[in-house]
Amino acid sequence: MENSSDLMKKLARNLETPSRQWYAWVTFLSIIVLFGVYALVRQIQEGQIITGMRDNAVWGIYTANFIFFMGLSYAGALVSCSFQLLRIQWAKPLLRIAELITVSTLIVGAPYILFCLGRLDRIHYLLMYGRIQSPITWDVIAISTDLIFCIGFLYFTHIRDFAKLRDLQGLKVAKWRKKMYAILALNYRGTPLQKKYLHQAHDIMAAIIIPTAVIAYSLLSWLFGMSLKPGWHSTIFGPYFVVTAAYSGVALLIIIMWLYRKSRKLEDYITNKHFNYMAFGLVLLTMAYGYFTFSEYITDWYNQTSQMSALLGKFTDMSQYGALQLFHVLFTMFVPLIIIGLPWFRSINSITLVSLFIVIALWVKRYLIVVPPLETPFIPIQDVRPEFVQYSMSWVEITLTVSGLALIVLIFTIASKIAPIIPVAEVEDVEDSAKPIIRFQTKGA
Amino acid sequence: MDKTEDNKKNRRNFLKNGLTVGGSMLAMGMGPAIARDSSGEGQSSGEKIKVLTTEGKVIEVDKPKDDCKIDPCEPPKGNAARQGIPGRSFVMVIDLAKCKNARKCIEGCQKGHNLSPDQEWLNVYLMKDHEEGEPYWFPRQCFHCDIPPCVKVCPVGATYKRQDNIVLVDSDRCIGCKFCMTACPYSVRIFNWKKPPESDVSREDYSPESSVPAQIGVVSKCDFCPDRSREGKLPYCVNGCPMGAIYFGDKNEDAVSNGTETLRFRQLIKDRVGYRYLDELGTEPNVYYLPPVERMFDYESGLNDLSEEKKKVYENIIKGEHPQSN
Repeated sequence: MENSSDLMKKLARNLETPSRQWYAWVTFLSIIVLFGVYALVRQIQEGQIITGMRDNAVWGIYTANFIFFMGLSYAGALVSCSFQLLRIQWAKPLLRIAELITVSTLIVGAPYILFCLGRLDRIHYLLMYGRIQSPITWDVIAISTDLIFCIGFLYFTHIRDFAKLRDLQGLKVAKWRKKMYAILALNYRGTPLQKKYLHQAHDIMAAIIIPTAVIAYSLLSWLFGMSLKPGWHSTIFGPYFVVTAAYSGVALLIIIMWLYRKSRKLEDYITNKHFNYMAFGLVLLTMAYGYFTFSEYITDWYNQTSQMSALLGKFTDMSQYGALQLFHVLFTMFVPLIIIGLPWFRSINSITLVSLFIVIALWVKRYLIVVPPLETPFIPIQDVRPEFVQYSMSWVEITLTVSGLALIVLIFTIASKIAPIIPVAEVEDVEDSAKPIIRFQTKGA
Repeated sequence: MDKTEDNKKNRRNFLKNGLTVGGSMLAMGMGPAIARDSSGEGQSSGEKIKVLTTEGKVIEVDKPKDDCKIDPCEPPKGNAARQGIPGRSFVMVIDLAKCKNARKCIEGCQKGHNLSPDQEWLNVYLMKDHEEGEPYWFPRQCFHCDIPPCVKVCPVGATYKRQDNIVLVDSDRCIGCKFCMTACPYSVRIFNWKKPPESDVSREDYSPESSVPAQIGVVSKCDFCPDRSREGKLPYCVNGCPMGAIYFGDKNEDAVSNGTETLRFRQLIKDRVGYRYLDELGTEPNVYYLPPVERMFDYESGLNDLSEEKKKVYENIIKGEHPQSN
């Protein structure tokens, strides 16, 4: 068998019996995740009174996190599947990172909408009494479909690497892990028929996931778009959310590329070229995002309906949401164009740093989508209780958010211990994957 | 099957007796909600009383028992509450000229529904439509819309529209996602963020019509008091209002009452140019407002008993600084 290769031999060293540092890191992350579990238990016991949510601002950063993480997830799926389908050769080393973004943010992001539920004990009612008229039911269907396909796709793209690991001589891992690779490889031996079928499976999954991701994220945006609420009731929300998702996902991909390149010394595989090309994509998405954001605000601003003016007034008032809005506008539209778009400041580090700010600013944007419109109902709030007038996150919500981030890092840490972060079989198998999707009949062929 | 037959029978009886019953109520000077469903033989006292019909004829009908006007008297539980009281079309009219922010409607409602003092199913807002306008007090209940945005978005059917116009919440079904709260354009719904106050009513006796006992982690809102209609009583807020600003009644009977006077609903809306708040949203509310013209009090009298904090909130509105959306 030719399954075990030099590249695998080299990368498999990262998979071998973990060091103490690794265990310490995993323990540290697990403790943060456990804090989140504790916060959730407290919330279930005492009710949502211990969150910052109140009447008017009935949703807070849970919902912002939900949109944010789901966006990252759909973006990961869009990126990895279109690379797969379009046979983009240079992007192959990035495929696994994109797929891991998809699955990890999906697993972490989806529960945030459940944290908003006042009665988690009745969660099965969503299936028992589900009404198809409700956008929440659309989301339940879309997210579960997406979860199945994305986990499936992640696994399918691992099979050939599992086979390589199974066949690799001298891999220093525990016995159970050897056994696990053997089982997970599904007896893949690299025969032409196996290759063909696996390849077809990849293509079919990718072709299904792309529209699923677009539909699912549009459905998610319609949680808001279907509302009568000014600031939510917007026809642009479907495509706007999809573009925002792609934007945040590419930025996160760049950050994780940088992290693995540094920590695993993968300079030979995640190269300057990758950063360059991804940065080019990022600039295109910056412009698309800027265009959508501009057209959303300009149409609302131009008409000056009293309701919309009240909301937009909060976005320009520095004592309210002005500072956050300014941060969002600067780091999603202007800074990327200057730092990445112009040649003078462009470097791997600057691209990564800007990406980090883009991801943060896009979380801020989600916060600005969720919270201020809730605080600006048709009948202006006349409450004297400050927490009913303005939302502010509580320690419970902050803890659960931080622990969500820690869980994503934990998933990455463990996943990249199971299989190399670079999809070895994909990278080596240049010829096979280079097959065009449509085969033109040419003379003599 | 039995149920549908029952309903058919009820409706037939209703149509047959509609005018009579409506007339009888007007004659007795009581709220239309007390109209007795004549099919409820078990509820009749056996006595006959003479009433005046709308056509001016005197007829005899069964005298209803004092404690029950609609059969069945007990508010239905669980899914049985989804149907609504047959033949009814409940409606509310609020006379803004009479409201002086006494806030007795809120107190009555809170007491009746065992709400904590910080939970307001109905609220009185101070409104100012534009810079030149005069501020006025604006009581806001649930509008029990005919096209309710809250019902549309509920993922589990915990909130529903009934044939008698009422939109209810089933606390046993609600999962507390609060999507309905974001959907309601009138900020009507509230959430039980913490454990609700202790109630004398046991969990087994819970009916969505009475809305007690409340549960933690679910949405609640004004229910138009259908349980009180069954007993022939007006909603708590109507009884609570010292000014008689709130009228409650039945569109089918074309009558609304504030407890002291009973008026023709359509004539009242016509004469006083009744309107519905944010009607342009297309939700078809069932609460009508009579404009605050020829007021009995100026709005300032409503400010007297308020805390300094609350007065501060209103200051901006009086100055016209806070954007109004009406």
